[in-house]
Amino acid sequence: MTLNRRLFLASATAVTATLAAPAVLGQARPRVIVIGGGAGGATAARYIAKDSDGAIDVTLIEPTRQYYTCFFSNLYLGGFWEYENLGHSYGTLAAEYGINVLHDWAVGVDRDAKTVSTAGGHTLPYDRLIVAPGIDFIEGSVPGWDVSAQDVMPHAYKAGSQTQLLKHQVESMREGGTFAMVAPPNPYRCPPGPYERVSMVAHVLSQRNPTAKILVLDPKESFSKQGLFEEGWARHYSGMIERIGPDFGGDAVEVRPDSMEIVVDGEVQAVDVCNVIPAQKAGRIAELAGLTDGNWAPVTPTDMRSRLDEACFVLGDASAQGAMPKSGFSANSQAKVVANAVRADLTGSRLFPARYSNTCWSLIAPEDGVKVGASYEPGADQIESVSSFVSQVGEDADLRRRTYEESIGWYEGICADIFG
Amino acid sequence: MIQAPRVLALATLLAGAFAAPALPQAADRAEALGDPARGLALYRRDCAFCHQIGEEAQNAVGPHLNRIFDRGAGALEDFRYSAGLARMGDDGLTWTYETLDAYLANPRALVSGTRMSYRGLRDEQGRHDLIAFLRANSDQPQNIPESAPTALPRQPDLSAEVLALEGDEEYGEYLAAECTTCHQRSGADAGIPAIVGWPPQDFVVAMHAYKQGLRPHPVMQMMAGRLDDEQIAALAAYFATLGE
Repeated sequence: MTLNRRLFLASATAVTATLAAPAVLGQARPRVIVIGGGAGGATAARYIAKDSDGAIDVTLIEPTRQYYTCFFSNLYLGGFWEYENLGHSYGTLAAEYGINVLHDWAVGVDRDAKTVSTAGGHTLPYDRLIVAPGIDFIEGSVPGWDVSAQDVMPHAYKAGSQTQLLKHQVESMREGGTFAMVAPPNPYRCPPGPYERVSMVAHVLSQRNPTAKILVLDPKESFSKQGLFEEGWARHYSGMIERIGPDFGGDAVEVRPDSMEIVVDGEVQAVDVCNVIPAQKAGRIAELAGLTDGNWAPVTPTDMRSRLDEACFVLGDASAQGAMPKSGFSANSQAKVVANAVRADLTGSRLFPARYSNTCWSLIAPEDGVKVGASYEPGADQIESVSSFVSQVGEDADLRRRTYEESIGWYEGICADIFG
Repeated sequence: MIQAPRVLALATLLAGAFAAPALPQAADRAEALGDPARGLALYRRDCAFCHQIGEEAQNAVGPHLNRIFDRGAGALEDFRYSAGLARMGDDGLTWTYETLDAYLANPRALVSGTRMSYRGLRDEQGRHDLIAFLRANSDQPQNIPESAPTALPRQPDLSAEVLALEGDEEYGEYLAAECTTCHQRSGADAGIPAIVGWPPQDFVVAMHAYKQGLRPHPVMQMMAGRLDDEQIAALAAYFATLGE
């Protein structure tokens, strides 16, 4: 898993490789490998397979057989969604779209030879590679925390057993206890996510443990939908939630998993549950493939193609593309642009101009839903926002309920769009 | 101006509730309980995008509503109903004051699987008004001259050329990928309306209505706002082919 010499060389010669990249038109069954079966990768695989009618050989490499979506996992925490309903399998992608779904870890990419190697010992050739690994955490970003502490202080920022653990901890917290969240610095996956989570935890506590407190330690001055969340917190959970921003030490928090303590501005405080959401970077395989620059993988705004290798695309959370937030909706949107570009590369199909969009719904309390969204277009150097909207403070209860119902419709819609 | 009839209607309602031992006939009740003029306003707000009524009314996204009273559910031969509604019709559901009231209050509670993307009208007086309006368009054998203004939904300002644009289906399929993040290709419509199988011209009109801000939804205004005439025609052409 360490960087070998060949990969390092591949990275150094990326520009040359780019210029020399051969057109593969005319080759029988060109091959596409997609690394990562989330909102970005699975959508890209499905659209390429669906729209090329078998003309392209698509392999999707994804370690888990059952994928749990991060989006809506907060609703599960709040008791509004069943855990099983977060889970999705790859059966339809394999059976109906003819995608080779390989449950394995991609552990290396040789961009000169155009192959991907897996933990299971496979070496798979590609003509185009799509890298959609999501996020990993930056080690040391929260002093005192590393991945080995996740069973005590869960991140729950990759959905699955971590989400179940956090829910269990919240529900079994002692009466009048303190739930602490260490919020991440920008940029990170799902900008409203931590604050929707705070809302859902507050909902659970207000039902089961109304004297409990929530403490949010935040390195950011401001956050997504802040006015909407703060207004909702005051209305639904008055006095329960305290947020400490960077001015008061929210940007320099140390955690002590062994003693369940946090240190804020030099002051030690005991907590009962501690949700640590560390600073983030592109999923490790993007770095191993030599496609990152700093924490993220830079891409061109016209089609999410890697700036370091024309035969590679990076999409979703792992990419540095400009103005789009890191979200499942964004990844799904980007995947369709990538699918169109990959098909045009490999089969000469019609190439249409890129269109991107995103909407994020958040639930603040039962039937109190809000949303924010924007549409995007390729700019000269990066993806730029062309128009946007956000829910307003003071909307009537009917509209908020409708927004919540709409979010459920969206969940069903996007999952059908991703997994078939 | 609004107060007086509301009070009267309420008074009638109460009087009716206390005094009448037997339920009055549908026609009497509709007009006694509701105000057709207020019903027209509701109709325009909630129904007219999909349903036409009055002179020259035709089936559109939804079936026309002329002579809805005492019509069997799913009974128009030239309209393609959801399986759920057709089944209820086969089971004997007929549109009367009571069934319309229940359907308008919560469509899915009365007809599971209905494609009508309407959340329902909780306000009882609103339902009375709406039903009174529908009732006023149900007496005559066909096409009702006095209700002509309601035959047209709130139309965006569109030239004949825009309406006549031939959509590029393949382009539409690409553009549709942006829609299907929320709107399901299967036509499922929980929480978010189905958009498959619409007559292309209705689709075009609806998208321009969002683009021009006549329809209120912020996501749709944003999405439609950056579609040009050709792109809207392409989407209309593509989505019309789904759900066939």
